[in-house]
Amino acid sequence: VKGMSLRGRNLWLIGILGGFVLLSLIRVITGADDMDSSGTMRAALVASIPIAMAGLGGLWSERAGVVNIGLEGMMILGTLGAGYFGYHGGWLAGIVGGIVLGALGGVLHAVATVVVGVDHIVSGVAINIMALGISGFLAEAMFTGLPGGGPTQSPELPNPPAVNLSFIADPAKTLEDKGWFLLSDVGSLVGALTRNLSLVTIFCLLLFVVTAVVLWRTSFGLRLRSCGESPGAAESLGVNVYRFKFVAVVISGAFAGLGGAFLAMVASPGFQQGQTGSRGYIGLAAMIFGNWRPGGLLVGSGLFGYTNAMQLRSGGTSLHALLLGIAVVLIVVMLLQLRGRKLRAGVASGVVAALALLWFLSTDRVPREFTTMAPYVITLLVLAFASQQLRMPAADGLPYRKGTVG
Amino acid sequence: MNAVRRVLLALAAPVLAVVISAVVATIVLLASGDDVNAFWSTMFTWPENRNVVNIVNYASALYLSGIAAAIGFRMNLFNIGVEGQYRISAFAAAAFAGANILPGYLNTAVTVVVAMVVGALYAGIAALLKVYRGVSEVISTIMLNAIAGSIVGYFISKIGVQTGVSTATKTIQESSWVGDVPILPDAPGIYGLSLLAVVVGIAYSVLLNRTTFGFDLRSTGMSESAAVASGVSVKKMVISAMLISGAVAGLIGMPVLFGQAHNYGTSFQVGIGFAGIAVALLGRNHPVGIALGALIFAYLAEQGNLLNILAGVSPDIVAVTQGVIVLAVVIAYELVRRYRVVAEQREVAEQVEAHTEPEGATA
Repeated sequence: VKGMSLRGRNLWLIGILGGFVLLSLIRVITGADDMDSSGTMRAALVASIPIAMAGLGGLWSERAGVVNIGLEGMMILGTLGAGYFGYHGGWLAGIVGGIVLGALGGVLHAVATVVVGVDHIVSGVAINIMALGISGFLAEAMFTGLPGGGPTQSPELPNPPAVNLSFIADPAKTLEDKGWFLLSDVGSLVGALTRNLSLVTIFCLLLFVVTAVVLWRTSFGLRLRSCGESPGAAESLGVNVYRFKFVAVVISGAFAGLGGAFLAMVASPGFQQGQTGSRGYIGLAAMIFGNWRPGGLLVGSGLFGYTNAMQLRSGGTSLHALLLGIAVVLIVVMLLQLRGRKLRAGVASGVVAALALLWFLSTDRVPREFTTMAPYVITLLVLAFASQQLRMPAADGLPYRKGTVG
Repeated sequence: MNAVRRVLLALAAPVLAVVISAVVATIVLLASGDDVNAFWSTMFTWPENRNVVNIVNYASALYLSGIAAAIGFRMNLFNIGVEGQYRISAFAAAAFAGANILPGYLNTAVTVVVAMVVGALYAGIAALLKVYRGVSEVISTIMLNAIAGSIVGYFISKIGVQTGVSTATKTIQESSWVGDVPILPDAPGIYGLSLLAVVVGIAYSVLLNRTTFGFDLRSTGMSESAAVASGVSVKKMVISAMLISGAVAGLIGMPVLFGQAHNYGTSFQVGIGFAGIAVALLGRNHPVGIALGALIFAYLAEQGNLLNILAGVSPDIVAVTQGVIVLAVVIAYELVRRYRVVAEQREVAEQVEAHTEPEGATA
């Protein structure tokens, strides 16, 4: 088992490094410098965090066996909490307010799914509908008449403090401006991580470490995961399955709420109606992409965050350059499939690769609407290619009643 | 269990849910300092005839949307993508009808078929991904919703014509329009194609209760392993249920397209697909239940429009109420179901006891 996980980890590492080299190569070939400038990287990081936090919430909940499609709604509650408490009590109150409101959404979901035993998806959908209504109504009641506020948006919120390591960032910027292959790309990555890095971003990244340790290195985590794999077995060993599931779902809501607070306070100047833009769902997709593990989830969120950021920063040309990357990746996939004697899959990847290449060569830029839908299309493609290798917790989404299993 | 108790139990959940949502709405209004009395008197004002027509029109769209969702729900297939299927098919239908290739009502009839086919095909993507690649339909349909919005936006900007401030598809020729059906005096009639809702409702009921396909659908939903054991191909069921669901979703936009809008522009109503999910949950996927749910939601929405003017309350309170109703109703249904199981067990136990008593006395 240990060898397996090591191989898996190496694969991730090779994938990330290979992707980075490919990105750098494409940048040099196409001259689309904004593809991985430090500005784009920073935008990608900011876009990744909300998705990552929703995904982390999904991870906690689904590891305990509760599907949480209500993350989107809990995230909406988080943006609202950040808007209200952030305006009245400062940035820390805003973050805490977002977490608390998200956790309240989690409590609702936990009561419905764990205590009462309602179907997880039904409850989640209901929570999303309700959260949308509540945020619409309360936002109008809370923000109308405030300076800069209105029925669909809050006044400008205080910015959480940010870390600036200019003694690293400045040389990194010089390196980035040289435009060298690979070295300048490392420069822009370092630059993005050392300039104007929000404390909340650091906190969110730390939560990934905490999650990995708590869920996989403590007895609490083992028990929690056992509720998601085999609640009957957990029950027979004296684990209070209801309590673990309940706690996991509330934590899940809290993380989604934090993601919402990040959206309202760090990623944008304030609360806006409809700000979450189905990031809760994308977080869930990132979690599936990451095989219900924190590391994979982080990579998945980064991928979605990156495509999301591209559409903001000269998306047309950057995404156009990325078509070349897609073609290269698909050609690699094709070769791998053909080596494994999977003729049909290989040919399919080859055809798509040819189409991407043709598209790249015959146009100069990608229409605006296509950059908007790129993250969703990529999510679908990734899931279509990856879902065969994924394994979700064995009892994920199944109803559980005490004393009825086994 | 006697018949009266059965009916009472069936009604208990929805009534409980409506009461709870009323209480929550009142509390929210009190907390935000709004005029609670004005809110309730506005909500319970009998709507004028033209408002009744609006309610019926909106309810029929919601009903189609609810049926589309319910077809999947009956076999535990969560087609969250009704919204995307509705939008992309309404756009495709408007573009086709607006081209005015066919004369008169032939254009109308063929367009309705086009809408159903496009909706079915778009839903089919999620079905294929689920069956052949194991992608959860919940995630894929949500992604497809977002993609549908972009695709429609792209094509409107490509082929649309500028009318006033908004861009829209070409207007449909007048000979293809479908006239209103009057139901009340002194008011416009309901859209002619709203009657599609009745047809679809009957077809849904027949399909589920009178055909082998419907039986297989329901049995797959209740126990997949039992269905497989009795020879049902789950793959086929997933694909066909998804295609039918998408085809019905394609119908949602037809009444308003041929009755009022006559083209698809940026102002074409969105959100009906999501509301349909709520309506299906409210009506427990039952053809009559969904109709009641659709009427309640349409009534709330129409009355909600008056709130701003008459009571000074934000119409968003209606969305809060709708959300609470849905969550409360699913919880209440589960509680009632469990109560019923316990009651049945008790009843059986009592009967068994009554029969075995003489034996027990001699032993």
